[in-house]
Amino acid sequence: MYVAVKGGEAAIDNAHRLLADRRRGDRNVPALTLEQIAGQLSLAVDRVMAEGSLYDPELAAMAVRQARGDLIEAIFLLRAYRTTLPRFGNALPLNTSVMRIERRVSATFKDIPGGQLLGPTFDYTHRLIDPAMAGDEAVDDSLRRPRDLDEPCPRVTDLLDAQGLIEADVASDAEPADLTREATEYPVGRDLRLQALARGDEGFLLALGYSTQRGYGRTHPFVGEIRIGLVDVELDVPELGFAVTIGSVRITECQMVSQFTGTGATLPRFTRGYGLVFGQSERKAMAMSLVDRALRADEFDEQRLAPAQDEEFVLEHCDNVQATGFVEHLKLPHYVDFQAELDLLRTLRTEASAKQDKGDDALSEAAE
Amino acid sequence: MTDTPALPAYNFAYLDEQTKRMIRRAILKAIAIPGYQVPFASREMPMPYGWGTGGVQVTASILGPDDVLKVIDQGADDTTNAVSIRAFFAKVANVATTTKTTEATIIQTRHRIPETPLQAGQIIVYQVPIPEPLRFLEPRETETRVMHGLEEYGLVQVKLYEDIAQHGHIATTYAYPVKVENRYVMDPSPIPKFDNPKMNGSPALQLFGAGREKRIYALPPFTDVVSLDFEDHPFTVQRFSQHCALCDASGVYLDEVVTDDRGGRMFVCSDTDHCETRRTEGHHGSGLPQDGKTASWEAAE
Repeated sequence: MYVAVKGGEAAIDNAHRLLADRRRGDRNVPALTLEQIAGQLSLAVDRVMAEGSLYDPELAAMAVRQARGDLIEAIFLLRAYRTTLPRFGNALPLNTSVMRIERRVSATFKDIPGGQLLGPTFDYTHRLIDPAMAGDEAVDDSLRRPRDLDEPCPRVTDLLDAQGLIEADVASDAEPADLTREATEYPVGRDLRLQALARGDEGFLLALGYSTQRGYGRTHPFVGEIRIGLVDVELDVPELGFAVTIGSVRITECQMVSQFTGTGATLPRFTRGYGLVFGQSERKAMAMSLVDRALRADEFDEQRLAPAQDEEFVLEHCDNVQATGFVEHLKLPHYVDFQAELDLLRTLRTEASAKQDKGDDALSEAAE
Repeated sequence: MTDTPALPAYNFAYLDEQTKRMIRRAILKAIAIPGYQVPFASREMPMPYGWGTGGVQVTASILGPDDVLKVIDQGADDTTNAVSIRAFFAKVANVATTTKTTEATIIQTRHRIPETPLQAGQIIVYQVPIPEPLRFLEPRETETRVMHGLEEYGLVQVKLYEDIAQHGHIATTYAYPVKVENRYVMDPSPIPKFDNPKMNGSPALQLFGAGREKRIYALPPFTDVVSLDFEDHPFTVQRFSQHCALCDASGVYLDEVVTDDRGGRMFVCSDTDHCETRRTEGHHGSGLPQDGKTASWEAAE
């Protein structure tokens, strides 16, 4: 028994060996390749990149494989690698208005310049398990609509902004906050909030966003626009004096148009909730935009009553790597503290039963 | 460089020098204001939050090539997480490690302070889960920082009073709050209150790292550390009526080990180094075979 609670190097080594064995599974089945994971489980890879805060499909695929498909574990692997990377500059703000769009929908207008584009969506699939998924049937090539490169595709919020119907996008050249490089001090700016939400757990944000729809911090949201596609990442190179494109990333952007504001001096206008996520993840981008809007309560003199409006609550608990660590650390040995509690509990019980005995005697009641 | 070109070579003690510099600045500030929680830009470490990421970052920042490192968890050098952290530093910093409290220059600990008194020149690094002693009375950081600023600690005393009113005792048995140099109320990390008196006036430097909560705090050598109490309910520590079944020590913290399913119990030292040292000195507990041979409980499986 004494040995069982003491670990030792051999036990750890053997556990890791067993883990590797289980990870590989049946040796008669070919091992997963990174191309298979990145190519066929791409939404899992996207989630790992988004919450891992690192855009690298191949590394994310490696992490998914190493984590046996446990995405939070894979996110953790990517984060632990990311933290060792040097920072050599901030990219220019992504210009999503010139995104190479794969999907774009607006719920606020029937038609918009550039059109609605369904793209690769589950939305109108019937959720019937497809027998074809058991095999490897040939799949038709997708159809591509040639699109004029000059065809404008303005953001819906820009269209509203042009008429003054929505709060303006405030441009800023300020250095964005970075919660991975500075300790967070509350209250924080919206830049840091958005960073935290972009890294935040999809499930947690989904539940919080959902709660705002059910009355816990209601914001009357409309999906102004969701767009998914590739955008160029540009970096200012001081030696050159101009920005150069260093690559492109696939992102999902959600602009939520919410309840209007404005009293007295300012005319009433819609407000914004914003979501931006690496890869294709509408669920995450939409939930993020709902929570972003809810967290802006103070800006619009809204009473902060609901969890989704509570900055400290949301930001301190949205990180799944932190959350899983602290929840799971309960399985580490705690027997020193438990011994202290046992000791106190025994003392309290001894005292309480002594008191009870006295009371029983006084009442001359039946025993027990 | 490693064999895989895609992966970087890691710096001595894992963290890059800029990060270490940032952490050392936080440590220096913490030493300058004993008991004050200094925010720092905690890094994501290759072990999970809750496993000691704060302590590991502090240790990584102060570790030099000539240091001798001891790592304990629950007082023991051979618990899985202690083994794992020790192996981590042996790998990334190639430092000497020891299980002997007296030989270590740096001791990283979770939940205990060694029984052997620490010496001047030694540094003990505590792993801290929740650095804020007021957290369970006030969950908001914005509020607790103000409370510390105004030295508004009435709530803690009320909590202890309510314990007495309800149970007849102060019902806090570990992570028992202390006051440092009559100024800051500090969480001693989840050590049993048995260990609290060891913090007071210790000649060693005591550093506390909370990775997930991004806080570092410190007790410089010979700092006054007083466990909170009342005049009519003075602070007391746990007293075990048993002696260690292996080394016969008394007045030390003991682990209760369940030996069978019929109520069998054995009490043994939580501090494995202390226990082994005593046994090599010839002390002999009642749980060991009387012929003095090494007991069978140590053999694996």
